[in-house]
Amino acid sequence: MSETPDMGQDEGEKHITFAVGAQLFGIPVARVQDVFMPQSLTRVPLAPPEIGGVLNLRGRIVTALDIRGRLGLPSTGTQTIAVGIESNGESYGLLIDEVGEVLTLDPARFEPLPDTLDAKWRAVSRCVYYLQDSLVVVLDVDRLLSIDATSRG
Amino acid sequence: MDELLVEFLTETFENLELVNQELVSFERNPSDKVALDKIFRLVHTVKGTCGFLNLLRLEALTHAAETMLGQFRDGSVAVTEEAVSLTLKSIDRLTVILFGLEKSGAEPEGDDRDLINALKAVGSRSHVPHAAEPPTASEESDEPEDSVNVDSAVATRSIRVDVDHIERMMTLVSELVLARNQLMQMLRHDEGSEYKAPLLRVSNITSDLQDSVMKARMQPVRAAWAKLPRLVRDLASELGKKIDIEMTGGETEIDRQVLELVKAPLMHMVRNAADHGLETPQERHAVGKSETGTISLNAYHEGGHIIIEIGDDGRGLNTRRIKEKVLREGLATEAELAHLSEKQIQKFVFHPGFSTADRLTNISGRGVGLDVVLSNIEQIGGAVEVKTAAGAGTIFTFKIPLTLTIVSALIVEAAGQRFAIPQVAVTELVRAGPRTQYKIDVIHNAPVLRLRNQLIQLVRLDEALEMRRDTAADPKLETLIVIIEAGARVFGIIVDNILDTEEIVVKPVATVLRHISAFSGNTILGDGNVAMIVDPRGLAAGIAENSEALTPKSATDGELLAEQDDTTAMLIFRAGGREYKAVPLALVTRLEELDVAHFEVCDGRHIVQYRGRMMPVIHLDHADRLKSKGRQPVLVYANEHYAAGLAVDEIIDITEERLEIELKSQRPGVLGSAMIKGHATEIIDAQYFISQVHEDWLLARLDGVARALKGEAA
Repeated sequence: MSETPDMGQDEGEKHITFAVGAQLFGIPVARVQDVFMPQSLTRVPLAPPEIGGVLNLRGRIVTALDIRGRLGLPSTGTQTIAVGIESNGESYGLLIDEVGEVLTLDPARFEPLPDTLDAKWRAVSRCVYYLQDSLVVVLDVDRLLSIDATSRG
Repeated sequence: MDELLVEFLTETFENLELVNQELVSFERNPSDKVALDKIFRLVHTVKGTCGFLNLLRLEALTHAAETMLGQFRDGSVAVTEEAVSLTLKSIDRLTVILFGLEKSGAEPEGDDRDLINALKAVGSRSHVPHAAEPPTASEESDEPEDSVNVDSAVATRSIRVDVDHIERMMTLVSELVLARNQLMQMLRHDEGSEYKAPLLRVSNITSDLQDSVMKARMQPVRAAWAKLPRLVRDLASELGKKIDIEMTGGETEIDRQVLELVKAPLMHMVRNAADHGLETPQERHAVGKSETGTISLNAYHEGGHIIIEIGDDGRGLNTRRIKEKVLREGLATEAELAHLSEKQIQKFVFHPGFSTADRLTNISGRGVGLDVVLSNIEQIGGAVEVKTAAGAGTIFTFKIPLTLTIVSALIVEAAGQRFAIPQVAVTELVRAGPRTQYKIDVIHNAPVLRLRNQLIQLVRLDEALEMRRDTAADPKLETLIVIIEAGARVFGIIVDNILDTEEIVVKPVATVLRHISAFSGNTILGDGNVAMIVDPRGLAAGIAENSEALTPKSATDGELLAEQDDTTAMLIFRAGGREYKAVPLALVTRLEELDVAHFEVCDGRHIVQYRGRMMPVIHLDHADRLKSKGRQPVLVYANEHYAAGLAVDEIIDITEERLEIELKSQRPGVLGSAMIKGHATEIIDAQYFISQVHEDWLLARLDGVARALKGEAA
């Protein structure tokens, strides 16, 4: 995956891309705090299934989100990388499989979500972006973080 | 908002609060000229500033109040309740105007002529012709300078700091404490490290810094008491009672955040004492007390807590009426109540919806009070106790941690994971098992622990949290139990391991996890791992829904034994011989071991003083087989009116059994035999023995049992 050749650096929004399963996703860089390797995840009993646990990152308590669950993919429990996001003063970490490149995406080329997209994916995505050989699903961070507290999987 | 205005508001709120307190105090000592001067100066200052800032409405009203105070001063108006009440009302009105000003930046529209005219009326009516010098122009101009001189001496010793600033410092220090804990943990594994000495130094400095910042947030608890004398004054007049309030230990310091949270509960307790605790002057006189009741507040430090006692010398809690109310509201059954101590029954006053007031009053009647107080205090990690003596009074005690963010916690392990339990909720740690004195029984499929005279409900932490257990419970191993007291509930949490006590920094859980009532927060332990902090009350609420009541409810005890499918808890013992005997446990009020030295003989029977009653004691074997010395095991059967003790030789066990009486017996006092745990056991008809000493003893209840048992037998 390379940056689209006709994109200037100043036009367009920078997105961090990452892979979950076979799919590439993107989140605006502005929403991302860091990318880290989660250490010693502590399980949270009685929590909704999307919560992978809590962990200590440089003295902050970060709540890990297993977005495979959110996307309806089976959980592998082997995610070693997380994308750190802050929301309302709270720290979250999205557990992912592989981190991709930072891409600058032209907002004019954001496409609406295809009808064929799984309902679970539609619930947390903003739009899609067609690269040369692949598709980036741009996530809606706020919707991703609003987890139904009563869901028990 | 204009900075000048902000400062004016802060200072004036404070000043008015001060005037409030001083005025109430002055009313009791109208000859205290120094106090009066102080009040006058305060009001005068307020008036001046209002004028300076062109706040005309405030200025006019303050002027009227100042005039009244001036008249107190020169003696032309007597210090009557009416005059003082009016002045206090004016101060209240001023405060309201200030709130409006704070909100909108301008004085709210309004008319204070009602108060101003009332003040003038009192002023002119009580005019006592007096040869006192009227305040001269020079005196007036002296006043502001005096107050400036006095204040400036005080002003230089302290500075105003924005509350948010202190909060930020506190947060930073908490983070520092966590990081320090981690470093110290790492140091433990690396004894000879060259970092040791400097790290220890950093550790010490961190502790000192922590203390220092916590101190900066400390305020004397009298800041929470400030409004109480005025409240008591108003209550007394509303209720037609005479009430004094005494406050000691006001200089005891408490964290600012905690102080804010304690104000409302304190006010409620005082309202409660005035309304329900204290009697009317006539009632007090009738029982030989002074007509004026006293509400006393006391505060002091103990351990890492501040203790606040709110007491009254009124009528005390009436345990009997509490019991009646409990039964009426269906909060517990008679059988359950009979098992409880006086103290435990008194704790029912904290139950939601409970109020033994006959009439609901505006002030504190509806019973929404004490349970809310308890809940507020517990939310900040505190506890509430009550001590009472009928006719003499009641003392409620708040035990509150000195700080909220850093608490002492017990670290335990369950299902391979560590959890923190706030130390304040933990009363005891118990090891149950084959080699210890504590045993776990199962009643109605729920595990319970026999702890001294109580049966304590148990819950496995891993089960309550729906975590999978790695290994099944091995009955040969010991079971570790953490006994928790959360409000009115006492229960035990079974854990796999009890590790340590740690000072932890409480961090709120993320919003997505906040609905989980079992946890009150999370923290980073010394080794860097995150641990969830268990909320005992949340956990208790969870298990209440799942399990049945502890003591088997017995609408009639006949039903208890008549259900074929159910098992019955049986108490097994020996009495006069080596054979085993048994009675249904549910009917036994208590198992006691009484000192034989206290037994007396009366009218051919043995009697002992038991909990304030004379209780006859008979041995099941008729023959006089009571021990001659030492402690005699006794099965106590008691209700509100009667108590009877059945003495036995030895208590063997408690077990749950499907009771099948196989051989009916003709002998009086014996219902038949049954096989219990492989032993032929005589099932005793306790009613027969008790009726020997009490003719009309609970006939219906036990009769039902006997009939049911006889009906079952083939």
